[in-house]
Amino acid sequence: MKELTVISGKGGTGKTSVTGSFAVLAEKHVLVDCDVDAANLHLILSPQVLHRESFPGMPRVEIVTEKCTDCGLCQELCRYDTIVDGIVDEISCEGCLVCYHACPEKAIRLVDNIAGEWYISKTQYGPMVHARLGIAQENSGKLVAEVRRRATALAQEQDKDLIITDGPPGIGCPVISALGGSNLALVVVEPTLSSIHDLVRVLNLTEHFKIQTAVCINKWDINPENTIEIEEICQNRKVTLAGRLRYDPAVVVAAMEGKPVVRLPSTIAGDIESLWDCVRQELGV
Amino acid sequence: MIIAVASGKGGTGKTTVATGLMLALRDSGHQVAYLDCDVEEPNGHIFLEPQCNESEDIYIEVPEIERDKCTLCGKCAELCAFNALLVTSDNVIIFHELCHGCGGCRYFCPVQAVRPGQKKIGIIDRGTAGQAVFVRGELEVGTVLSPPLVNAVKKNQISRGVNVLDAPPGTSCPAVATVRGADFCILVTEPTPFGLHDLSLAAQMASSLGVPCGVVVNKAGDSRGLIENFCLQEGLPLLMKIPLSRTIAEAGSRGVPLNRAEAGWDQMLLNLYSDIEGLIMSERAYGNQR
Repeated sequence: MKELTVISGKGGTGKTSVTGSFAVLAEKHVLVDCDVDAANLHLILSPQVLHRESFPGMPRVEIVTEKCTDCGLCQELCRYDTIVDGIVDEISCEGCLVCYHACPEKAIRLVDNIAGEWYISKTQYGPMVHARLGIAQENSGKLVAEVRRRATALAQEQDKDLIITDGPPGIGCPVISALGGSNLALVVVEPTLSSIHDLVRVLNLTEHFKIQTAVCINKWDINPENTIEIEEICQNRKVTLAGRLRYDPAVVVAAMEGKPVVRLPSTIAGDIESLWDCVRQELGV
Repeated sequence: MIIAVASGKGGTGKTTVATGLMLALRDSGHQVAYLDCDVEEPNGHIFLEPQCNESEDIYIEVPEIERDKCTLCGKCAELCAFNALLVTSDNVIIFHELCHGCGGCRYFCPVQAVRPGQKKIGIIDRGTAGQAVFVRGELEVGTVLSPPLVNAVKKNQISRGVNVLDAPPGTSCPAVATVRGADFCILVTEPTPFGLHDLSLAAQMASSLGVPCGVVVNKAGDSRGLIENFCLQEGLPLLMKIPLSRTIAEAGSRGVPLNRAEAGWDQMLLNLYSDIEGLIMSERAYGNQR
């Protein structure tokens, strides 16, 4: 089984539009949305949820006032300034539980916390695993790992040979969680100075984790000079250049209609099809 | 004053708005600081071309085991909520990338065999962009823990004047760390179902943090009132629209700020600022009444 993860460094470069179109073009695959705190793939694939499960987060701590002697030890030990004068601030709490273990009066109790929910769904283009992290919840990396585990299990069960993952932006915790063990990272980049800056950082990341990487340039024609610069970066770093996608208003039209862009008659559809051919060869599927 | 610029969805134009606002304020004589809190992928410097003269490494505390004292009792691993320690029959293995620096292992070790070590999570660059203060954090590649670096960036806020915080995308830890404690949050969105969906999440985040917010629509065009209707429904002020324009997009791709791409934006951004000032005032007055 192979796994493709679509990432970008900078957000909003077109990861989801590319992934959504791959969903149409690929065969025998499971789709995954790993951008758990701002998931969008469901908006173009219209999944029908078959199974949902809650995702437990770090337990919350609560001070039992009757037992508390105001000794102040919890406040002193907390590295996150979560406990101030006997009041627990849920948002800054990292869930380390040092206060819970240290309290001499056992005046701190743990309360279960639901951090999010994950789903197994059916779409017109194959099964899909996705999730939703609760607002201002921690642990997006753990939820990403959970979603990927479920997707792998589902792929095995249904005899699928490819997992296509829509990744989160950035280079931090959820991205690292989405990339681990992936066979190919496809970086979607735009020919802007910001996106090029972020591409270099994301290439450092995939190199650090030794993940085979390919790059596609979205809206390449809005700045052909920057496009050439990106192609040079790819050549120098021995990263496969998987394709150029032209600027096409059909992408926004497709998003408005909630459809993968290759389902609409458009000039970009051909570009995405050749991109997919190249990605498929890189993956060996 | 602290104004955070956030978005939910990436690539909607946070940095365009944050750098534009900062420049408009600076050039009209305000004391202003721009703090790039998108430490995973900071981009503000591309638009502001700051002179950075100071750089600081940021560390978190990670455990180091003194093997001559350690009895391999396993208490540290048992208590670690992040599974960052593994005690085997002859060794203690520390997974630095999982450590949140809580210090629990050190506090609870019965034989004081854990001493504080350091792990670099990133750097902070400080400098100026003309008369304005410029600060940015840059996360070390391969590091998972960004909120402590965001907090370190925020320690550089100026006490008099306006701080513009450029937030990372998303609605989880690093975005929360940025927006938390701000006086106002500008939510930048684009008029697509993706933009709308993530705007709604970002608005919930700001509201859960008790930070008042308003919306700026970027790449605005004919979108059948998608964002406008949402703002009406949720009672969110729609503060400004930046049209879908090839001129602005091309300038942005070359690192040219909005204010320099087209005439008139300095004034629009100053109007945005005075609207925000008004909203903060009325929020405070309303809050006092409550």
